[in-house]
Amino acid sequence: MDFELSPEVVAYRERVRRIVAAHHTPEAIRVQHETGTFNNPSLNRALAAEGLIERAVPGLGAGDPIELWVLFNEIEKAGSPVDALGVAVMIAGVVQHVGNERQKAELVPAVTSGEALICMGYSEPDVGSDLSALTTRAVRDGDEWVINGAKMWTTMAHEASWVILLARTDPDLPRHKGLTMFLIPMDTPGIRVDPVHTMATERTNATFYDDVRVGDDCVLGEVNGGWRVMSVALSFERGVMGGTNPGVPLLEHTAAWARRSGRLAEPAVREKLARVAIDNHVAALLTQRSAWIAASGGLPGLEGSMTKLFASESYQKASRWFQEMAGAEGLLQLEQPGAAADGWIEYDARHSPVTTIYGGTTEINKNNIAERHLGLPRARR
Amino acid sequence: MELAFSSDQRELLDAFEQFFANESGPAIVRRAEPLGHDDSLWHKVDAMEVWGSGASTSDLAVIAESAGRWIAPVPFVEHAVASPLIDGLGAGIATISLRPADADGVWRLVPAGAVADVVIGVDGADLVAVRSTPPGSGPLNHASAPLADRSARDGERTVLGPAADMAMLLARWKVLTAASLVGVASMSLELALKYVQERQQFGVPIGSFQAVQHGLADLPGLIDGARLLAHKAAGAIDRGADGLCNIALNEIDDPLALASMAFVFAGDVAAHATDRSLHFHGGYGFAEEYDIQLYYRRARGWALILGEPAAELLTLADRFWPAAASAQGSGH
Repeated sequence: MDFELSPEVVAYRERVRRIVAAHHTPEAIRVQHETGTFNNPSLNRALAAEGLIERAVPGLGAGDPIELWVLFNEIEKAGSPVDALGVAVMIAGVVQHVGNERQKAELVPAVTSGEALICMGYSEPDVGSDLSALTTRAVRDGDEWVINGAKMWTTMAHEASWVILLARTDPDLPRHKGLTMFLIPMDTPGIRVDPVHTMATERTNATFYDDVRVGDDCVLGEVNGGWRVMSVALSFERGVMGGTNPGVPLLEHTAAWARRSGRLAEPAVREKLARVAIDNHVAALLTQRSAWIAASGGLPGLEGSMTKLFASESYQKASRWFQEMAGAEGLLQLEQPGAAADGWIEYDARHSPVTTIYGGTTEINKNNIAERHLGLPRARR
Repeated sequence: MELAFSSDQRELLDAFEQFFANESGPAIVRRAEPLGHDDSLWHKVDAMEVWGSGASTSDLAVIAESAGRWIAPVPFVEHAVASPLIDGLGAGIATISLRPADADGVWRLVPAGAVADVVIGVDGADLVAVRSTPPGSGPLNHASAPLADRSARDGERTVLGPAADMAMLLARWKVLTAASLVGVASMSLELALKYVQERQQFGVPIGSFQAVQHGLADLPGLIDGARLLAHKAAGAIDRGADGLCNIALNEIDDPLALASMAFVFAGDVAAHATDRSLHFHGGYGFAEEYDIQLYYRRARGWALILGEPAAELLTLADRFWPAAASAQGSGH
């Protein structure tokens, strides 16, 4: 096996690293935690200004998928949020792949310039893992579509320029065949955004669609072809766009705290730190493998599931270990005097629970692996 | 970049898989217990001539994984590590002592010590090779491994170099043992999959129950991760990579650190995989008749021969967070 990156990728990584370091500032972090909006516009623009986002757009950029992986891994390792930019870049790839000329002309440059965000309207109040049961309706009325329904977890909806919305267009077809993907400007009349505040400070949203009228030019891909568009999105994500190395900044924060507090000399502390360093490296290698499979023309769907399972569960384990290790000071939040690791240990303990839920739960990933990789019969539930 | 075996390595793996399947089936493994060594199998492995200074650690790790999958009762890993150093010291099985000689000049619980003709290890300030007659037996142990105490003084003794030269030998042993443990884990998963699809309860194969499926579904990622880490370590040894250990950037290229990481991780994964597999065999998993118990015992035994994992982790921590730096930083 050969884990070496090409000189071009190393150079790309250095540029990303330099820009992230310049823009992931204490002020940016403060604003994120104050507003709950986990996005860094100045970082996005700075990356865009050097063409680093365009290079990485899946299916479009010259650097996909290796530089795509490097881009998000670098942002994540620095502790800067990845999801907002990640969704935008992924959808830009989807639009480039299946969108009409107008969609491509409007959305792709808006994303690669670092200006536009996009939110995803997939889940609903009563529909999560079983997405094909969704109830948001799009009904034909003359040459328009009229959309009614509600979507959950539409993170960044309050900042986004577009929502990519999955709606039922033909209730008579089998569940996953009667769905259509729409790409809708967020300023379209009839869309309402309500904040949903989370345990981890981050704000997400519920979005409501009340007689939202759009034309055929807002259909992304084919009518009743929404499931396929979603598959394209998944195939572009491939588990390489962040979310697999949150343990790296956690370990760095914790090791720095252990050093400052004198706890670094304790064997029990050193042992746990070393274990987390190993898990972080394994998670990175599994992610690199997905990127390599994608670069070799494969589709690392199952490998992505394995990586997400491992990365999210080891991150939760690490955050629990570290919070226990820090004791009472591990309960103190950011900016509180005396907080262990300046409050980052407490923050990660609040953030890590969501990572085994979003983007495919642990249970759904295990079902996929059991049935499609291990070849076990369809489960009795 | 290539994060899979090369085509040459796939051929190597296929050849050894076929060889061990034919020559080291469960009946052979059982027959070799409790010593854990089959001399006729050893001669066949030796005749394949994969040793020598030309063999890369990466290629040897491919073979070690196969030997681990078939829990072959031969000291493949030990001889692969030790034999390049004793060219010209005569034929036979070579091994390394994982610990320095004690005050009495004895290497304690040497892997393959019961059968090896030459033992390489640290005695005082020197790395020495000692040729002496192997005892042919050793203490009964968890893994049915041919462990034995060996003298570092009595026998035909050659000084090979300073004691510090042992570090790279130990690193190679850790990497190849890690690869063997990956093999133990992967075959344990296969045994579990076979069993849960055959075994019927409530009128259906137990492998159709989600509780059983979910108990197995996290294993492939762990096994793949352990294999990737072992081969990253092997590659770093073969290249003579620099000592890069940047924890903040999660970039590690240091052969000794990677070898320790691979060893600890593969030990955990093998213990976990054999535990799950044995459990899903129900009572039969506990019965001597079923093969999973052979794997369960070796998963633990092969990893613990080196000592407690915590000690290995503390050594790793010293590399990542040097003690001097911690003393310096504690005043901040």
